[in-house]
Amino acid sequence: MIVNILFYLFATVLVASAATVVSARNPVHSVLFLILAFFNAAALFLIAGAEFLAMTLVIVYVGAVAVLFLFVVMMLDVNFAELRSGFQRYLGVGALVGVVLFVELVSVLGGWKLAPQAGQLRFAPIVSTMSNTEALGELLYTKYVFLFQAAGLVLLVAMIGAIVLTLRDRKTSRHQNIRQQTERKVADTLEMVTMSLGTGTGSEVYRPKIVEETADAHGHEEHGHGH
Amino acid sequence: MMTVGLGHYLVVSAILLVLGIFGIFLNRKNVIVILMAIELILLAVNLNLVAFSAALGDLSGQVMAMLVLTVAAAEAAIGLAIVVVYFRNRGSIQVEDVNLMKG
Repeated sequence: MIVNILFYLFATVLVASAATVVSARNPVHSVLFLILAFFNAAALFLIAGAEFLAMTLVIVYVGAVAVLFLFVVMMLDVNFAELRSGFQRYLGVGALVGVVLFVELVSVLGGWKLAPQAGQLRFAPIVSTMSNTEALGELLYTKYVFLFQAAGLVLLVAMIGAIVLTLRDRKTSRHQNIRQQTERKVADTLEMVTMSLGTGTGSEVYRPKIVEETADAHGHEEHGHGH
Repeated sequence: MMTVGLGHYLVVSAILLVLGIFGIFLNRKNVIVILMAIELILLAVNLNLVAFSAALGDLSGQVMAMLVLTVAAAEAAIGLAIVVVYFRNRGSIQVEDVNLMKG
């Protein structure tokens, strides 16, 4: 009984905060209500018995995705009032599509029923002796190990993609150019000078080349570090 | 196994899905809110998967929900990166301004 009351409480708050997400005037409020929606969805997961997914939802969505949204919303200097100018224009068609979709979903919900064999066709039956996390781990690392690897690959591609997209080459940063360094010759930077008698130790010494005098094509570029 | 009926979960999930799609229509110009609406839709999918997993006593639904979670996180990261790059280049995130390729 108390579980039912809690379910209705969490479901109501979830739906209300989701409605606020899409209709809030300020995108920062949208993000904050998105966080509230995720918390309530995690509570619904808990009621359904999916403890691990509930905790993952809180960690991944609230801890990472929602904070990412918050960063981007606050970082971009956008005139959000201007972005809402077409709000009333799209309200009608949006409501129409929403109502049609909802009626279709409700008609599906009213008409479906489980096949009688559904109870025997379980792929991975829930074992009552193991905790949810343990059972999920045993399933994920054995039967679903390829899907697990594929999920890791998706995350890797997303990470590299996000870095590549937002990386900016600064003109002032001094990179080390390995190829330039290893291809550098002695003659590019040093020159041989003959010393007159009595002024130095030996007959010939190296001294740093004076670039302005030689004025060859790759004067400044061959010093091993970029500009 | 499940104290709350499957139908209750499905109704909440359907409302969440409709709200997400409604949000895409309502905020036609704001890419960030559209991304948030997509997150809501994926949350509705996850709720469906978890509800069926609990009702049928089958754990594979929760594994699928975890994969959807992964894809949703990756999608949010890439989408927001694109928004940041676009704002850097054009100084606006209006969807209607995205017409460089005349598509």
